[in-house]
Amino acid sequence: MDQKEQKALALTAAKVRSLAMDEVYTAGAGHIGGSLSIADVVATLYFHTMRVDPRNPRDPDRDRFVLSKGHTSPSLYAALALKGFFPVEDLKLFRSIKGDLSGHPEMNKVPGVDMSTGSLGQGISAAVGMALAGKMDKKDYRVYAVLGDGEIEEGQVWEAFMAAAKYKLDNLCAVVDVNGLQIDGATADVMPSEPLDKKLEAFNWNVLKIDGHDLEAIAAAFEAAQAHKGCPTMILAKTIKGKGVSFMENKAAWHGVAPNDEQYAQAHAELTAAIEKLEKEAE
Amino acid sequence: MGEKTATRAAYGKALVALADQYPDLVVLDADLANATKTDGFKVARPDRFFDMGIAECNMVGVAAGLAACGKKPFVNSFAMFSTGRAFEQVRNSVAYPRLNVKVVGSHGGLSVGEDGATHQCCEDLALMRTLPGMVVCCPCDGNEMTAAVKALLDYEGPAYLRMCRLAVETVTDTIPGYTFELGKAATLRDGEDVTIIAVGLMVQEALKAADILAAEGISARIIDMHTVKPLDTEAVRKAALETGCIVTSEEHNIIGGLGEAVCSFVSEHCPVPVLRHGVEDVFGRSGKAAQVLEYYGLTAEKLADKARQALKLKK
Repeated sequence: MDQKEQKALALTAAKVRSLAMDEVYTAGAGHIGGSLSIADVVATLYFHTMRVDPRNPRDPDRDRFVLSKGHTSPSLYAALALKGFFPVEDLKLFRSIKGDLSGHPEMNKVPGVDMSTGSLGQGISAAVGMALAGKMDKKDYRVYAVLGDGEIEEGQVWEAFMAAAKYKLDNLCAVVDVNGLQIDGATADVMPSEPLDKKLEAFNWNVLKIDGHDLEAIAAAFEAAQAHKGCPTMILAKTIKGKGVSFMENKAAWHGVAPNDEQYAQAHAELTAAIEKLEKEAE
Repeated sequence: MGEKTATRAAYGKALVALADQYPDLVVLDADLANATKTDGFKVARPDRFFDMGIAECNMVGVAAGLAACGKKPFVNSFAMFSTGRAFEQVRNSVAYPRLNVKVVGSHGGLSVGEDGATHQCCEDLALMRTLPGMVVCCPCDGNEMTAAVKALLDYEGPAYLRMCRLAVETVTDTIPGYTFELGKAATLRDGEDVTIIAVGLMVQEALKAADILAAEGISARIIDMHTVKPLDTEAVRKAALETGCIVTSEEHNIIGGLGEAVCSFVSEHCPVPVLRHGVEDVFGRSGKAAQVLEYYGLTAEKLADKARQALKLKK
C-alpha cells in the first residue's frame, strides 16, 4: 500500500468512525466502543483487501465477511454505505422500525451483509462453512471474520477453530479485536483468555499479532494470511475500545450505550477534526 | 404391511441414492455416523461428508455457512443434540436467516430404549415447531422416509427431520393412492366415528388401535401427520367436521408437539373434543424400547382407550 492509498484509507476509516457515532447517537442505542475499535480493520477489508462489488452483492465469487461480533454493526454499516452497497442516508435508520439496519446485521435485508450475526460465537462457524464451500468448489474467494476478545469465551468458537484447522482452511482469515474490555469489565477479570497466541497456535492456526489501528500493518497481515498455506490464519489485533473519542477510549462503560447530546457534540467534534486533518493531508 | 426397517436406515440409504441427482447435497455428522446412518454416505461420498466431531453447535453453524454458499447441508446427530444442544444455533444461524439447512434428529422419542432419559428426546418437535418458518417432519416408516428426504432436498429453506432408532413395520407402501407431499397429511384409513392423528412410530400403533376399535364396532379414521409444521389444517378440519372428535398420538411430550398443534387449530376453527396421547410431561427411563413405550403407555391399547374417551365427550 503506497502513501497515497494509506492516507485515503485513513480518511475512510475516520469516516467510518464518524458515521458509526452518528448512527448510535441518532438511534439512541448501539455498541459504540467496539464499533470504534474495529473501524480500521473493517475499513481496510472493504477498501483495500476484499474483492467485493456493491453492484453485485451476491456474486458467488466474492470474498465474504462475517462480523461474528455482530453488535458492532454500526462500523460495518458505515463501511458498506461508503462502499456503495446502500445510500449513506440510510444510516439514519439504524435500529429504527422504519429501516432494515437492525441492531445486529441481517443478511437477507442489508445488501453486502454475508451472514446474519449477533448471537456471539456463531458467526465464526458460518465463516468456516463458507470457507469449506469455497474449498469444495475450488473457488479462490477468501472468507474473513471478526470476533471480539470477549466473544471467544463462547465454547463454540473453539469448536470452530478446531474444525477450521482440521479442514486446512487457508482461505479463512479471522481477526480477534483485542480491546481487552467487555460489558462487565476487563476480559482479564471477567474470564482470562491469554495467552491467545499460544492457544491459537496450539489449535494449529497461523497466528499474527498486530496493532489493530495501524492500517499498513493490518493490510500487510491480510496479505501474509493469504500467502500462508495449509492452515487458517488468526490476526490478533490489539485495539483500543472507543478509539478516536478521548473520553470513550479504554472505558468498558462505553460498550453498549449511546452518548447524550453533550457527549455526542464532543465526540462529533473530535471525529470531525480527525477527518478534516486527514483531508488536509490528502490535498 | 411389509418388512420392518428403522426410519434412520431408510434415511441413510436415501442420502446415498440421491447423491448423484443432488450434487450440492452435503452431509455433516457429529461423531455418530454409525448411529445416524450417514455412514453409507460417508463411504460413498467422502468429499461431501464432514465429521465435525462432538461439537453440534459448530456443526449447525458450519452448515449455515455452507448453505449461504449454495450447498444443501443435512446436519445429523441425535434429536436431543441437534435440536436441544444446538437449539440456539438452529434458531439464529439457520431459521432466522432462512438458510437451506436440514437439521436431522435421529433417536427421537422414548424408543431410544436402553440409553435412558438423557438421550430420549421428547421435546424436539416442540423446539423446532416454535421457530418461525421451520418445516417439521417425522415420517412413520422407511417408505415415507425415502420420499421425505427427496421432498426436503427439493424444498428450499430450513427444516427439521426427526427419525427413530427402532425398526418399525412399513405401512405406507400398501395404502392405495398413497403419495408423500410435505405439509399434506396422508389418510391411511377412512373412518366416521373418531379420527386418530398420529406421527412417527405412533402411526403403526394407530393402525392397530383402529383394528381394536373396529372389533367393537367403532370406525376410526387414521391420519398420518408426517409434517407437524406446516400442519395440514384442511385434513384436521375435515376430521373435526366429519368424525366429531380427535385423538392425537405422538412419541413426544404432549406439550408442544403434534397434539398441541392440532388442539390450537381445532379450538380456533372447528371446536370438537381433542385428546392427546403421548408422553405425559415426564422424562423417560432405560429399558428395551418396547418396554419403555409400554411403561409410558405409548401402545395401541392405550391409544384405543383415548379414542373411547373421546367418543364419550362427543356431542
